[in-house]
Amino acid sequence: MSTARPQTFVLRGVRPYGTDPVDVVLADGVIAALGAPGTVEVPDGAHEITSTGTDEDGLVLLPGLVDLHTHLREPGREDAETVFSGTRAAAAGGFTAVHAMANTTPTQDTAGVVEQVHRLGEQAGWVDVHPVGAVTVGLGGERLAELGAMADSAARVRVFSDDGKCVHDPVLMRRALEYVKAFDGVVAQHAQEPRLTEGAQMNEGVVSAQIGLTGWPAVAEESIIARDVLLAEHVGSRLHVCHLSTAGSVEIIRWAKGRGIDVTAEVTPHHLVLTDELARDYDPVFKVNPPLRTAKDVEAVREGLADGTIDIVATDHAPHPVEDKDCEWSSAAFGMTGLETALSVVQQTMVDTGRLTWADVARVLSENPARIGRIGETQGRPIAVGEPANLVLVDPAATRAIDGRSQVTASDNTPFQGMELPGRVVATFLRGRATVLDGAPVDGTPVGGTLEGATR
Amino acid sequence: MKHLLTTQDMSKDDAILLLDTSAQMAATQSRENKKLPTLRGRTVVNLFYEDSTRTRISFETAAKRLSADVINFSAKGSSVSKGESLKDTALTLHAMGADAVVVRHSASGAAHQLAHAGWLDAGVLNAGDGMHQHPTQALLDAFTIRRHLVGHVGDDGRGTDTSVGADLAGLRIAIVGDVLHSRVARSNVYLLHTLGAEVTLVAPPTLVPVGVETWPCRVSYHLDETLERWQPDAVMMLRVQRERMSGGSGAFFPSPMEYSRKFGFDARRLAVLPDHAIVMHPGPMNRGLEISAAAADHPRSVIVEQVANGVAVRMAALYLLLSGTDSGDSGASTQQTSTDERNVL
Repeated sequence: MSTARPQTFVLRGVRPYGTDPVDVVLADGVIAALGAPGTVEVPDGAHEITSTGTDEDGLVLLPGLVDLHTHLREPGREDAETVFSGTRAAAAGGFTAVHAMANTTPTQDTAGVVEQVHRLGEQAGWVDVHPVGAVTVGLGGERLAELGAMADSAARVRVFSDDGKCVHDPVLMRRALEYVKAFDGVVAQHAQEPRLTEGAQMNEGVVSAQIGLTGWPAVAEESIIARDVLLAEHVGSRLHVCHLSTAGSVEIIRWAKGRGIDVTAEVTPHHLVLTDELARDYDPVFKVNPPLRTAKDVEAVREGLADGTIDIVATDHAPHPVEDKDCEWSSAAFGMTGLETALSVVQQTMVDTGRLTWADVARVLSENPARIGRIGETQGRPIAVGEPANLVLVDPAATRAIDGRSQVTASDNTPFQGMELPGRVVATFLRGRATVLDGAPVDGTPVGGTLEGATR
Repeated sequence: MKHLLTTQDMSKDDAILLLDTSAQMAATQSRENKKLPTLRGRTVVNLFYEDSTRTRISFETAAKRLSADVINFSAKGSSVSKGESLKDTALTLHAMGADAVVVRHSASGAAHQLAHAGWLDAGVLNAGDGMHQHPTQALLDAFTIRRHLVGHVGDDGRGTDTSVGADLAGLRIAIVGDVLHSRVARSNVYLLHTLGAEVTLVAPPTLVPVGVETWPCRVSYHLDETLERWQPDAVMMLRVQRERMSGGSGAFFPSPMEYSRKFGFDARRLAVLPDHAIVMHPGPMNRGLEISAAAADHPRSVIVEQVANGVAVRMAALYLLLSGTDSGDSGASTQQTSTDERNVL
């Protein structure tokens, strides 16, 4: 089946970054031609995709999305997700690369485990899989993992994180920040002061006070971010702040950037739109870490994303099996899926509100995360002739009702169940090969292929 | 009234209906034969995930006095440690045909989930969920306050209750102690406010939740000042869990002695109150910590009576939940009518 699939495509009347329509030819894994409609030479047998919309709402062409924060769960929790199912969901969401978080079982804290995840990603063939290495052994927060070995491995790890746990020991954090400079790595911090969040279940505030769940105060995030930006400044390292969620965190990042500190920050789609009011019915699908905050925080992260204080949107896609969510709130697992809804949420909250252009979306969902993950030679590239054909084609005029059970991810825990979201991924291309066509993953024998960056 | 989960969204009419029905139930409890045939053939399950002697016995007594079949289901620990999820237990109870489930659970929201997750269709009565709510405790507290401070009862506490139909307008209630972790405080603040009373929470700042500013009450950090200047009609002391309070991960106050000095209720503080004021405690008490023996056993202490009233209130709650799906609404409109009649008179 895969051999019969055309590997040459012509995209007619599509709008790169939402601008004027063009025709684009994808062949031999790259963008082979690009020009005004009807002006480009189309190879024989090319698969045609034609934009049916107008100049204003026709299909938008973006560089393939890059997620800096994905939980693929394999090895260890294959009941929630596998590298295959998770990367297939990523492709369905318009992604061409994901960074697989380190909190697997065993932990991605050695060259062996990161190479395993990397290899599973290659075999699956849906997106480029870049494993994130743990900062400390077993995410234990006590001893540095072999960061250098992971960096030198075939997985070529550049992003290190104990995500889910905070590297709270200031000395260990300082050492990690310093050590990864040797291979241009970055520490991606899950900012959560552990003592301030013992037993924490949700944002500490008006809602937690009423419904009697232990609070996760904003200050527990902000105090770690403040410490870390000062540490990064002191040792001259770059720091990435995972999924910041509070208005205060945005202010601290803004201050740090104003001071010239080399810090980048991410926000999740769910923190761009959902609030802690959703906890009132005790449905654990809304239990996530960091927790959903208040409407004021939502507005602050939107503003931070719009003005560039926040560099990227990353999904924190966190699949969980039903039994880990169909229980008491306090017993439930933290996390929600996001790969297949991220682009729609960004469109709804940022594009349709006029706060970001589609070029900005390409920046926050592709170019910046690729740059932070140091995979910018293959991902997050300009839409131009000769560039690798890692692309996503989006229908911004479409709307769709979200249903967890019919999503591609192996888990159902989407917080957007039953909601109508704008935008739909029509096609995704990984090095010129369609991984998604007509909105559905293209199953068949994966091409496999190597991560070009990995061989450099 | 299908479930009784929280006092936060309870209407004033429903609250007064519950109190008035409790008064009727209390009246039957002075008879020689205390048993009513009302819930014959109905099954009430007491599902207790937390240790509780008095609440469980109170519910059991209430159900039995209404002739219901009672099944006690004690499950220690959380669903995780027990090995069976709350959901599976609920499905089991559903299969057994429970008509009402009285649930106590350490997880806030457990009662809400039982009622709304689609696991079973019995009426759910929240007997305390984590730090969230304990509505029958608040109802029995309100009932006790109303009997003493609004109506006039006989000396033996069993005389005719003339407070029927009344609310608690104008009364001042101080709730003192560990508000942060207290489902009793949360339940009382909303119910007492709905009934027209004024509430002041008194606690050290460490034991007041962030976000309390939206609660319909005042907050004070000073017990003596509140007693002297505000002159509450009732003082409700909350249990302080000694072991988690000082030092270690708690550190909510420096020492039990300092807590007792600043927030403990004793005969000296009782003497500051108006003559009619009553002293309350949901139990179990830490004598010598939040309340002295002299205060607990004082004639103006109604602590033992609270326990007795608990049975009547739980009988009323079970009755209203199980005696027909529309009883709450019709009862509420009956109440509306009687209020109107009073106004006309």
